[in-house]
Amino acid sequence: MANDEERLQAQDLGYDPNFVPDPVKTFVVHLYRHIREKNVYEIHQMYETSFQTLSERFFKDTPWPSVDAVAQYVDNDHVFCLLYREMWFRHLYARLTPTLRQRIDSWDNYCSLFQVVLHGVVNMQLPNQWLWDMVDEFVYQFQSFCQYRAKMKNKTEQEIALLKQFDQAWNVFGVLNFLQALVEKSTIIQILEQEKEGLEQFTSNDGYDYNGGSNVLKVLGYFSMVGLLRVHCLLGDYHTGLKCLEPIDISQSGVYTIVIGCHITTIYHYGFANLMLRRYVDAIREFNKILLYIFKYKVYHQKSPQYEQILKKNEQMYALLAISLSLCPQSRLVDETVNSQLREKYGEKMSRMQRYDDEAFAMYDELFSYACPKFITPSAPSFEEPLVNYNQDAYRLQLKLFLYEAKQQQLLSGLRTFLKVYSTISLAKLASYMEVDEPTLRTILMTYKHKTHAVDSAGKIISNADVDFYIDDDTIHVVESKPSKRYGDYFLRQVVKLEKVINEMDSIKLE
Amino acid sequence: MGREAAAAAEKGQGGTAYTVEQLVAFNRYNPDILPDLENYVNDQVSSQTYSLESNLCLLRLYQFESEKMSSQIVARILVKALMAMPAPDFSLCLFLIPERVQMEEQFKTLIVLSHYLETGRFRQFWDEASKSRHIVEAVPGFEQAIQGYAIHVLSLTYQKIPRTVLAEAINVEGLSLDKFLEHQVENSGWVIEKSQGKGQLIVLPRNEFNDPILKKNTADSVPLEHVTRIFPILS
Repeated sequence: MANDEERLQAQDLGYDPNFVPDPVKTFVVHLYRHIREKNVYEIHQMYETSFQTLSERFFKDTPWPSVDAVAQYVDNDHVFCLLYREMWFRHLYARLTPTLRQRIDSWDNYCSLFQVVLHGVVNMQLPNQWLWDMVDEFVYQFQSFCQYRAKMKNKTEQEIALLKQFDQAWNVFGVLNFLQALVEKSTIIQILEQEKEGLEQFTSNDGYDYNGGSNVLKVLGYFSMVGLLRVHCLLGDYHTGLKCLEPIDISQSGVYTIVIGCHITTIYHYGFANLMLRRYVDAIREFNKILLYIFKYKVYHQKSPQYEQILKKNEQMYALLAISLSLCPQSRLVDETVNSQLREKYGEKMSRMQRYDDEAFAMYDELFSYACPKFITPSAPSFEEPLVNYNQDAYRLQLKLFLYEAKQQQLLSGLRTFLKVYSTISLAKLASYMEVDEPTLRTILMTYKHKTHAVDSAGKIISNADVDFYIDDDTIHVVESKPSKRYGDYFLRQVVKLEKVINEMDSIKLE
Repeated sequence: MGREAAAAAEKGQGGTAYTVEQLVAFNRYNPDILPDLENYVNDQVSSQTYSLESNLCLLRLYQFESEKMSSQIVARILVKALMAMPAPDFSLCLFLIPERVQMEEQFKTLIVLSHYLETGRFRQFWDEASKSRHIVEAVPGFEQAIQGYAIHVLSLTYQKIPRTVLAEAINVEGLSLDKFLEHQVENSGWVIEKSQGKGQLIVLPRNEFNDPILKKNTADSVPLEHVTRIFPILS
């Protein structure tokens, strides 16, 4: 416990960490009772609404009372105190800047909390929102710590000493192993598999346990898969990130869609990873779906504490969609609503990006930098002089490699323009129009083929070319791909929908 | 060309490779497996097998503990990744290698080689590769793998290709090329035509990428899994 620090803080900020206003006392007493009685709905109300209201009223720019001050009102319950501290730190990170000591203490708290859960001794049912926030915040604090640690230049001697002493705090191995342990211990992957065969009920119960048990380990395990996807993206390992997400079928709704923050985080990282893997069609498809969803439903979340984050991710995904469509023009994959929003926000920039001159790369740079995750350097810093800031290194590498890829596709948009105009054309003629010699034209044509035929996760070749061609000796034959309606998919969806409506009507009892 | 799952049993290496695949699946965030992964890279090189998962796992561990990184192992991983083209494995590996390491001479060369392959510049590729024999000859099967990639791209692009273009792409000429073509005619359905005064024309087999008629209309095909969703309703 950082009591000395808090006392100093009390002197500095003129607030007493041991003072518990009456409404706060009532809050913890009620929350504790509801958790013991497994009243999930009430817990959710208190967690989502009351906590925010009290924060606004009493703790706008100070921390909540210390856990020691409230423990007496909740029978000094060990697990409740861990949960309280988790909320305490989350509030601190949101409103203030944590000190190094506080970062380390938060890590310790997560260790204790996760260890309790992993030992299978918790008997609570907590709302999905809270369980998602735990995983989300855990990864966020890890990211924040890496950023903080990488700015060595102005570190005080005290900070450096603490960093050396507590080198296990927010260690990348620790973070990954906790998330992996939650996935494994919860056996969530097997549960999802068995659910497909009707042997388990997880999704249909929204993750809750109606057999008198606890949902905490299972749901934390589930959300940890998304957590792992996120951490791997922060490290630049997109392939493994997507592998961690594999057990979740994102073509359907699931527990991940129950909490909008989770839904958005999942699709954002899925889309970004696919963008970096050059699977542009997959990225475009998913961005389109989520942007449409946000457009329709964001009005329902206006009062929620996540609203700002939702808006921010929305903007970032439009930027990523703009990039994806510039590299892979397949506008038929995009819904009209999304398309008009996209044209409004990035219409001009997209036409510049598709020109592939120096200005285009400035655009790619700008959009990528705005929308990308906050990449991290996971290794421990060098404490040797001179101390430098290296917090931008990871981002710079990813940006550089991305622009490198965009550059390799430089001449393709010019080629595409010609292919759209001709049905056949000789190599010699096209070469003269494009002002290159024939051998160079051949390389451009092969580059086009290679870049528009991506390798999917199963190793198959998938074409994402909107306009295609083949060469017969020295003549190019252009093949226009016809947009086709997905009738099969449409009928399936409508069948399921109608069945649902009929079932709902059946269940209505008329007086 | 392409990704080959490490089938250790076939190569008679029962013990090592099987255990490594398990390590990567169940123990991947454990710094202690680093030596096993490094040995496995050398195994992949000598037995002409390949495992992307295990190599990414190792590059991640190098990222976490940069003092343990071995440039030689990283170079070998990159060469193997190059051999996996058209898969984007080379880029996947670069994402995990710090910028200052990528500035080393051998890595700059490999990046240039990758660039030539990504942009279909096979002539430049073979020129540069011949100047860097020490890097590429250290990995058996390199030449064949790149030739496989070249043929892959040619098969996407051409129905009929002049002999000279083929020769340049796979870096084979004269009698060796004749033998190569014979083999392809016998085993892969290639046909050789005599073009008017221009030399040989090679007719490549038709596939969905170089023949519009064979182009599968995948957009409307529905996976069986999705159809099974309505079975309960239909019954």
